[in-house]
Amino acid sequence: MDDDQLDNVFKALGDPVRRRILDRLAKRPGQSLFEICASSVAEDGRSLSRQTISQHLDMLERAGLVQTHWSGRTKMHTLDTAPLRKAADAWLNKHLKKGSGT
Amino acid sequence: MRIYVMSVFVDDQAKALDFYTEKLGFIVKHDIPLGGDHRWLTVVSKEAPEGAELLLEPSEHPAVGPYKSALVNDGIPAASFKVDDLEKEFERLRDLGVEFTVQPMDAGPVRMAVFDDTCGNLIQLVEMVEGR
Repeated sequence: MDDDQLDNVFKALGDPVRRRILDRLAKRPGQSLFEICASSVAEDGRSLSRQTISQHLDMLERAGLVQTHWSGRTKMHTLDTAPLRKAADAWLNKHLKKGSGT
Repeated sequence: MRIYVMSVFVDDQAKALDFYTEKLGFIVKHDIPLGGDHRWLTVVSKEAPEGAELLLEPSEHPAVGPYKSALVNDGIPAASFKVDDLEKEFERLRDLGVEFTVQPMDAGPVRMAVFDDTCGNLIQLVEMVEGR
């Protein structure tokens, strides 16, 4: 994983709304934009515009953390944890392993 | 001022009539030939036969195709109907072969589900939960 990809992953993770979207996609993979908006109203108690959620999804997709596929004519979003593991290997573990053993 | 009719654009009026009456259980309020294949075709709920009508409107206008597919791409329903018992209605429709794109889920003050009306639209079912 190169520096640009690493930047994209950490930038994508650097926002509570985006982290919650990932949490919800982990719980239930394959959600449409509408479903993600509906569950963000239910669980966060406030509603964000579809446009805002859509922009967050774009950023998560750019980082590779969200993969999309089509179910019929509806675009579904699913969490992909591969970039998390790569980011861990590329940077996080460098420091964690050094200080591990506790 | 009162709302008396709202429309969903359907790919095929005859097919829509079957789906909205036989599967969903609405009843025909008006079915008036308009020339060509078109009809002024409205249905109402059995529970509110004098209530607002749903117009099953042909999709011919060039703007309708892009509008409908943009909504479906993002999973957004074209209309929303209220039910007293979502779980029961979900099971009833599923057993009739209706395809749900969203299984019953919590959405704040409501529980909801979404199904495909086979005429190019997603339709939302809502059960009010708060204050029940």
